Amino acid sequence: MTTLKYLMSGIAGAALMATGALAADLTIVHGSVGRDQEILRKQLDQFEAETDHTVTIVSMPESTTDQFGQYRLWLSAQSSDIDVYRLDVIWAPQLASHFIDLTPHVADIVDDFVPAAIESQTVDGKLVALPMFLGAPALYYRADLLEKYGKPVPETWAELTETAQKIMEAERAEGNSDMYGFVFQGAAYEGLTCNAQEWVNSNGGGRIVEIDGSIDINNPKAAEAIDLAASWIGTIAPEGVLNYKEEDARGVFQSGNSVFMRNWNYAYALAAGEDSPVKDVFAVTTLPHGGEGTASAATLGGWHLGVSKYSENQEAAIELVRFLNNYENQKERAIVTSRPPTLNAVYEDPEVAAQQEFIPLWKPVVDNALPRPSAATLRKYNEVSAAFWTAVHKTLSGEGDAAENLATLDAELKRLRGPRW
Amino acid sequence: MPETSRKSRLSRNRTRSAWLFLAPMLVTLFIVAAWPLGRTIWFSFTDASLDLMADAKWVGIRNYLEYVDWGDGEGQYYGLLADARWWRSVWNTVRFAVISVAFETLFGLVIALVLNQQFRGRGLVRAAVLVPWAIPTIVSAKMWAWMMHDQFGILNDMFLRLGLISHPVAWTASPDTAMIAVLIVDIWKTTPFMALLILAGLQMVPQDIYEAARLDGVPAWRTFRKVTLPLIMPAILVAIVFRALDALRIFDIAYVLTPNTDATRTMSVYARENLFDYDQFAYGSAASTLLFLVIALITITFILATRMDLEGRNT
Repeated sequence: MTTLKYLMSGIAGAALMATGALAADLTIVHGSVGRDQEILRKQLDQFEAETDHTVTIVSMPESTTDQFGQYRLWLSAQSSDIDVYRLDVIWAPQLASHFIDLTPHVADIVDDFVPAAIESQTVDGKLVALPMFLGAPALYYRADLLEKYGKPVPETWAELTETAQKIMEAERAEGNSDMYGFVFQGAAYEGLTCNAQEWVNSNGGGRIVEIDGSIDINNPKAAEAIDLAASWIGTIAPEGVLNYKEEDARGVFQSGNSVFMRNWNYAYALAAGEDSPVKDVFAVTTLPHGGEGTASAATLGGWHLGVSKYSENQEAAIELVRFLNNYENQKERAIVTSRPPTLNAVYEDPEVAAQQEFIPLWKPVVDNALPRPSAATLRKYNEVSAAFWTAVHKTLSGEGDAAENLATLDAELKRLRGPRW
Repeated sequence: MPETSRKSRLSRNRTRSAWLFLAPMLVTLFIVAAWPLGRTIWFSFTDASLDLMADAKWVGIRNYLEYVDWGDGEGQYYGLLADARWWRSVWNTVRFAVISVAFETLFGLVIALVLNQQFRGRGLVRAAVLVPWAIPTIVSAKMWAWMMHDQFGILNDMFLRLGLISHPVAWTASPDTAMIAVLIVDIWKTTPFMALLILAGLQMVPQDIYEAARLDGVPAWRTFRKVTLPLIMPAILVAIVFRALDALRIFDIAYVLTPNTDATRTMSVYARENLFDYDQFAYGSAASTLLFLVIALITITFILATRMDLEGRNT
């Protein structure tokens, strides 16, 4: 900051002190996907008009793994440049010490939020971030193609594999040579951890690390699920899926080149958008499961707003967090971005239901979503996740089968844990 | 007597002012090079984590090598030197450096020879050749990522039309082609740099030697082999060392272009991953320290093996 700017803000501050409101320059950082950036800017403009604060957006790459590295750097350097961070649901245990406890600042509204969301952001009684929106993935499918070939919506992964194969081949025979059966997030990053834990868990293979911290990932059910996924590469899924993140998968599905897609809720609003070639021909359902005796699993995702301990404008930052998560803004975001809100009441809003039928439909899925083992593994979560996605990515790329790679993973996880997490 | 004493005072004075003039540079070098390097090496012998750097405690060589006895007579080695992933990254990096520098030198030499000729529009071509070098690496990596995309990429589209491939190739995703993709982008980007350095060497070759060779009727190929190449060799070797130093630190292209897997993980990517993504600052520092040693070792070996003339004795 220049001397002049200091002087100016000092004068402005002194003038405003009398009225009790201090205009602050705030900075918020987020990793934008889909229409996040657009809607955030719109809501910030309103915030600026209502208060005297100004807010700058810093936008990060799409990959959550990349975002985390940068955030950790800023926070460890105790940088005051960023006031509000949009944090992934899994980060709270690792970054808790860098954020203020929001509990006293949201005591009056905290009961309106989805309890599981608040719980996921509470570390040793400290509310690290106020939930902004949730995520629970869906299976997107081409209703028109299923109807054309007389196929039911698949309930198991085996059915999905078979249906995808049939329709893909039939469509290609009709001249649509770019057609594929299934796209998902297969690049070696956090997104693959989400995808793969759904395959494993919905096949009865348990969790990467159980809630009590025990490790039992090296089991036949888990191996079976990952081996099935490996069989998709180069058959129903393009080989390039090994480097796909959310937006790559959406690109293929939305241009009409895939029968199925696993993706988060944000993709719904875009695939249903005015300029989308598939807007009238796709639908969503819950992800498939392994078969008899198993249930569908959806990884709990979501992004939440935390106020940095190193912020020089904490009061204003808290005000901003509360503003962005109020009823009106959550409702607007639900309608525009199709992200599940964190306020219980928004799910029952008739306007949301009318414009975004996905949202009320998804409440039970969100309520039962499967968390990643970030609470059990604490500061080692990133390494655990990287070890898991590496084992899966290796299997998908044909370097060894699942049983082999899971045995290595098992040893790696036990080494990481040591005597305790 | 008085004369020598005056002389030595003069020379003392000169030495003093030499140090005085050198001082700012030495201080700057210490601050930006020696101090960070020393700190990195120090952290590699501690248990530092990014959040608690001040509490770092000395733990000896545990980050490099440690034998953990499981209590039943059996045990296992841990630490960087026993980490297969680290050695895989070293191998990836060295292989990348050798292949990329070899191609860049070859292409750079060819381009430099062409640019050294007189032809119309030479200035324009010289400027145009530099374009890939001028584009920031992160931008060119992203640009190539789109060109190599398996579904929307122009590369697959062109090859399919030409009938070179029968189905789209996932250049950056498949472990078989990921390293090739990184090599293609790096060679495309850095060949101009090599061409520029070699061109500078070519322009130092006196024209009268060529004239003499032409008068003697020496064929062009032999002139190149016996006259041009030996004369520009010092320039080429220096260019190779510069490029190799750079190539051994490769981070951005591998990180942006390809998935973060064993197939393309380089030493720098490995170090960064431990420093910032994982809670392993000390372990990452150990990786950075070894990276420094590996590069130093390779460079020194290369300089000795080629008997490079660094002090200009023969010029």
